[in-house]
Amino acid sequence: MKKEIKEKLKHLYLHAYIIFWIIIALFPVLWIVSMSLNPINVLKPTTLTLIPKNASLSAYMKVLQKPYEAYPVPFVQLLFNSLFVAGGTAFLSVALAATAAYAFSRFSFPGRNIGLISFLVTQMLPATATLAPLFVILTLLHVRNSLFGLIIAYASGSVPFAIWNLKGYFDTVPKELEEAALVDGCDRNQAFLKVILPLSVPALAVTFLFGFMNGWMEWMLAWTFLTKPQNFTLAMTLYNMQGQWNTPWSQFAAFSLIISIPVMVVWFLLQRYIVSGLTLGAVKG
Amino acid sequence: MIDKSDIGMWEKLRRHRLAYYYILPSAIVMALITAFPILYQIWMSFTNFNITNLRNPHPDFVGLGNFIKIFTNKVPLENFNFWRIFAFDVFWTFSNVFLHVTIGISLAVALNTPRLALKKFYRTLLVIPWAVPSYISALIWKNMFDVDFGAVNQILSNILNMTVKIPWLTNPNAPIKIFPFLSYAFYADLITNVWLGFPFMMVVATGALQSIPHEIFEAAEIDGVNERGKFFKITLPLIRSAMLPAIMLGIVWTFNQFNVIYLVSGGGPLGTTEILVTQAYKIVNPGGLYGVASAFGLIVFFILLAITLITNRITRATE
Repeated sequence: MKKEIKEKLKHLYLHAYIIFWIIIALFPVLWIVSMSLNPINVLKPTTLTLIPKNASLSAYMKVLQKPYEAYPVPFVQLLFNSLFVAGGTAFLSVALAATAAYAFSRFSFPGRNIGLISFLVTQMLPATATLAPLFVILTLLHVRNSLFGLIIAYASGSVPFAIWNLKGYFDTVPKELEEAALVDGCDRNQAFLKVILPLSVPALAVTFLFGFMNGWMEWMLAWTFLTKPQNFTLAMTLYNMQGQWNTPWSQFAAFSLIISIPVMVVWFLLQRYIVSGLTLGAVKG
Repeated sequence: MIDKSDIGMWEKLRRHRLAYYYILPSAIVMALITAFPILYQIWMSFTNFNITNLRNPHPDFVGLGNFIKIFTNKVPLENFNFWRIFAFDVFWTFSNVFLHVTIGISLAVALNTPRLALKKFYRTLLVIPWAVPSYISALIWKNMFDVDFGAVNQILSNILNMTVKIPWLTNPNAPIKIFPFLSYAFYADLITNVWLGFPFMMVVATGALQSIPHEIFEAAEIDGVNERGKFFKITLPLIRSAMLPAIMLGIVWTFNQFNVIYLVSGGGPLGTTEILVTQAYKIVNPGGLYGVASAFGLIVFFILLAITLITNRITRATE
């Protein structure tokens, strides 16, 4: 009996501790939701309520109508640019990485290890460290000030990750499947295209999504490389909204939610795979 | 009879032709946009390349000039001090990772309690900071630290029932006198990055805890070991090896945490919260000093390489 009370007390204490951290975890997200619904842009919200007085979607409307204060770029244009850059980055990195990952996974050839390591070492360079040479090279190639140049720059960051990610998955696909296909008269390319790739759709999808999120959220290279407002992306526009003294609060909040909700949805859909991958590794280690 | 060692280089390459074809596309792109820039960067770091010779790239060779400028703090940018930035970066990294790990483990242990209600629900809510893109979170927190309109000061005002106007991002002075080099902005950055990073450590620790059989705890209980003893004598030693790789990763991530520093405090006020990667960015934009930036980038690379090698050695030593 006494033991039971002791356990109850302990649980009560633990619930309090966990709920404290949940409040901290949720607060900024709820705050931004509340802000986005507030019809008054700059005035100080006197109370912190989830649904403010006279809540409206006017901030969302304003952002969709005129997202970039200094220049009349329509929202659709920014959305298209972001989708183009993110989709292009994801497609380029998966397309380049799939064949390379297959070679690293299935063939043993001179230079295999050095190749794998050199792809990995490039990941250790922080993006800001390669900024200067990338800027000069893309300028000399005359693609710096274009969305296409941006895609190439982003791919340099996501290809090595994509190769390692896909190689890890290909390693788990049994070799016997291709061998059977080879016996049945396929050549290597057909075995790769018709057997391995279809079996790897989940891994290809996850790799594609990682590339997509990179391109969707990145703003630093974009801000350094692009100068024409009609080329701007959503992430750049949000960054630009951060004025030193006159941030349009509600619009900023609404725009943040518009950009991050797709990412959060995808993250929660994929969470199971990300977390299980992580914890599997942790248990093995 | 052909001896294997007699096979020439070309023959070897020919035999593996298919493998090379498969790697070629990515190798070409990576060579163009990664390997070539790195070589170009090494060359640039020995020149006075800057914004004025961008269109006509014939800069002068200055030898180790850029490196000397960096190490002697002679780079013509406001508040540039390499050694202070480096020291701050190290302090920033360790204070963050320490908090990430302690909070993460404490929550994982709390959520690992048998018969505790609502565990799964709690866990889902606690990973939310991890799911929001760090770029957006950093901007949200920056707004929450606003002196007049920010949520942080408002909450403090409500709790303390008085008007609180802490100048989180604008006052270069130190609020806590025993740490005279840490401005208000450091604490703002720290709060933001702790919020951002504890869920990852919690998830890794949760995974690590699954591998400890509950019987060990039950046996300890019978032997009369108290909660504190169970935690320090059983839990910590058993999850240590699983936590170490995550901690190493956390160290590298935090050392290069560009988004939080640049977007929340911007390295300011007066450069008190600058870390190496944010300084590297500012040398290019708005600095326009490409030669110096290249040298700076190489220095950051070697520091990271050293950290990786040292941490790798520590993790191996514990296996």
